[in-house]
Amino acid sequence: MARNLTFSIFRYNPQDPVSVPHTDTFVLDETNHMTLFIALNRIREEQDPGLQFDFCCRAGICGACAMVVNGRPGLACHTKTKDLPDAITLMPLPFFTLVGDLSVDTGTWFRNMAQRVRSWVHTDKEFDPKALEERMDNAVAEEIYELERCIECGCCVAACGTAIMRPDFLGAAGLNRLARFVLDPRDKRTEQDYFDIVGNDQGIFGCMGLLACEDVCPKHLPLQDQLGMLRWKMGWAGIMNLLPWKRK
Amino acid sequence: MQTFHTDLLCIGAGLAGERVAIEAAAAGFDVTCLSLVPARRSHSSAAQGGMQAALGNCAMGEGDSPDVHFEDTVKGSDWGCDQEVARLFCDNAPIAMRQLAAWGVPWNRVVPGKSTYFKGGKLFEKEEKQEKEGLITARAFGGTAKWRTCYTSDGTGHTVLYTMDNRAVQLGVAVHDKVEALSLIHDGENCLGAVVRCLKTGELRVYLARVTLIATGGFGRIYRESTNAVINDGGGLIIALDTGVVPLGNMEAVQFHPTGIVPTDILVTEGCRGDGGTLLDKNEHRFMPDYEPDKAELASRDVVSRWMTHHMRQGLGVPSPYGDHLWLDIRHLGCHHLATKLREVDEICKNFLGIDPAKNLIPVRPTQHYSMGGVRTDKNGLAYGLKGLFSAGEAACWDMHGFNRLGGNSLAETVVAGMIVGAKVVDYLRDHQVSYPTGLVRDSAAQQQDRIKRLISKADGKENVFTVRNSMYDALMHGAGIFRNGKDLEACVQTLQEVHERANKIGLRSNGRGANPELALALRLPGMVRLALCVAQGALQRTESRGSHAREDHPERNDRDWLVRTLATWQPGAPLPTLNYEPVSQVWSIPPGERGYGGGKIIPAEPKE
Repeated sequence: MARNLTFSIFRYNPQDPVSVPHTDTFVLDETNHMTLFIALNRIREEQDPGLQFDFCCRAGICGACAMVVNGRPGLACHTKTKDLPDAITLMPLPFFTLVGDLSVDTGTWFRNMAQRVRSWVHTDKEFDPKALEERMDNAVAEEIYELERCIECGCCVAACGTAIMRPDFLGAAGLNRLARFVLDPRDKRTEQDYFDIVGNDQGIFGCMGLLACEDVCPKHLPLQDQLGMLRWKMGWAGIMNLLPWKRK
Repeated sequence: MQTFHTDLLCIGAGLAGERVAIEAAAAGFDVTCLSLVPARRSHSSAAQGGMQAALGNCAMGEGDSPDVHFEDTVKGSDWGCDQEVARLFCDNAPIAMRQLAAWGVPWNRVVPGKSTYFKGGKLFEKEEKQEKEGLITARAFGGTAKWRTCYTSDGTGHTVLYTMDNRAVQLGVAVHDKVEALSLIHDGENCLGAVVRCLKTGELRVYLARVTLIATGGFGRIYRESTNAVINDGGGLIIALDTGVVPLGNMEAVQFHPTGIVPTDILVTEGCRGDGGTLLDKNEHRFMPDYEPDKAELASRDVVSRWMTHHMRQGLGVPSPYGDHLWLDIRHLGCHHLATKLREVDEICKNFLGIDPAKNLIPVRPTQHYSMGGVRTDKNGLAYGLKGLFSAGEAACWDMHGFNRLGGNSLAETVVAGMIVGAKVVDYLRDHQVSYPTGLVRDSAAQQQDRIKRLISKADGKENVFTVRNSMYDALMHGAGIFRNGKDLEACVQTLQEVHERANKIGLRSNGRGANPELALALRLPGMVRLALCVAQGALQRTESRGSHAREDHPERNDRDWLVRTLATWQPGAPLPTLNYEPVSQVWSIPPGERGYGGGKIIPAEPKE
């Protein structure tokens, strides 16, 4: 029996002087294999062509369509309506600057994060186009890929208690990014170098351990393990730093 | 109005755009990339399978070389490629992959010792050599003589794009995201930048640049059923075509990928078949060996897609509410393989179909996937028609793909072409200065401002943008799909011309303020229909079958008359594109011959004595 779904969707266009934040209701008949991607596009095409939301790959790969679905941050593209009740509430991700309706600006925040954690391989080796590639253990490569799978959807920071209180918090995505470079033998940064980036309340010491980041991560990344690993490593680096004869 | 000045303006910040940007930034030039979405969401991130480069490290890649890669690429193109470009590409691909390794890509590496692999559902054993341990490994892909496709699990595009963007951040490349280029600023001879709409505020901006690069990827979204991201609407091609002087090459060459899942058209990688997956019909019979005894599922994509469509036309497809489909079987690969080497596929099946590919068959059918055509450039990436305009990646018709590109050659092209074209852009920037006539810049911006005003005030009509777009979909899917014929193409062209007229009479139903999505589509749609007309008109005129372009009424490949590349330009106000032709290649290292798969008759270029 096909259901009628009622969507309550947050509306606000900051560029429109007459727009005020409110909720609009749309009713849609449910079809087989319906996802929020299908539903939102139908609402836009059939009912309100001005409705703002973001999709890109629509395949759970790019992270564009994160939003708060019935109170929980997640990717709209792979959220199936059959897993939801008849009443569906859609809100934009908190924490990020609102572009309009369900669309937020994650790009600015993540670019800034990449600059803060200096998200690149730090090495003084010059690339030699005539030489063979540097060898790497396949198991290490697979371990790096495991952390590299973050899609920058922003769910983890949107769900984070610390991020709500301190907008300068690097968040699980930022700490995971750094952990990826800590693992990478090509990156020649020392533990002290990493400590300088995350050894503070904006980094590893800001986390309250509420675990929401890992709960909502659509790629199921081991975010808390990375935080734990970084804290442990940075803790040692911090202690070493207190001992004058160990200081670098 | 905000005006930005830069040395190099990259329209598009996917792999090709950023690779060119990096080359220019490393040489000390000021670079700005424009992107519809944050750079890391570019469609490059969705590429799963890998990148071809003849490293020859793995056991099944032994004896590989750029020569073998070149031969595969030329055959794959059905002799439609520019052989000089294909050669450049194959020779440089290994360097580009090693450079990516140095920059941080976690390529899968050779693990020495014995291991098993599947081919056509059967188990085989291979032994990797000790001395190759830790070098970049490779997997099999369709149409290749050796295992040559370098990969990181099935997230290759993602890891390479993130590494590329990291490098761009490191070098201080500016990325302006959530913006869309509406037109190129040009005087008919020189390209001077672009008029751009901000998709956060709706405001117009002007970017002035000494060099402009179009790297906006494919235009698959002119088709209803496409594996492409929703941003792949051909924006860069439209602004090039609208200059009236820049031709688009081979727009009729559109590739359908054999394994789009039903019903959402999301792609599952060719790596599935490369790793030993098979295609089954409604009787769970493996049919590809019946048509292609030697290559079976690993014939090139155009061939596999056609046989699949043919097989379904024989009534052997699996009926479903979304139309007939076939099955992809990867069950025998096992949970471990799926969880490590094909984990995105595993996730797509679980998230979007609610099935476990280790236990269930995957419903698939051929789906629009790749555009071989694009902004026609020379071997240096310089567009025909305007000075200071370059193009690279899927948006370009650099033309190493000809009429069908091999899997693993497109992702590799973005980076290899980016490296080569980037160096040429740097040379160009060193040698060329430009001046920006203020009147021309003002007029270019005013023209776009006027379009926006007319759409909001319904000055030209009240056509519904979505209805008009759906008419374009219907016409194109019906007339210019996998199999084509003169009658349907004629009808398609005629319908599209009517759709084009309607697309110029759109009126908005919403208020068009701010980042309004209806306005964005309304601004783009007439251009999308023009691209569709370039595809359909080009296909109608090309009375032969070559690579992905299959004419039922002209089944033979006709080297006598059609060893040429289509060049489509659009005169302002014209109802149809103007088509011209040029020889496909100046250099013939490999004279036209048989591909060794796919069958079909060939009318030779020179009649035999």
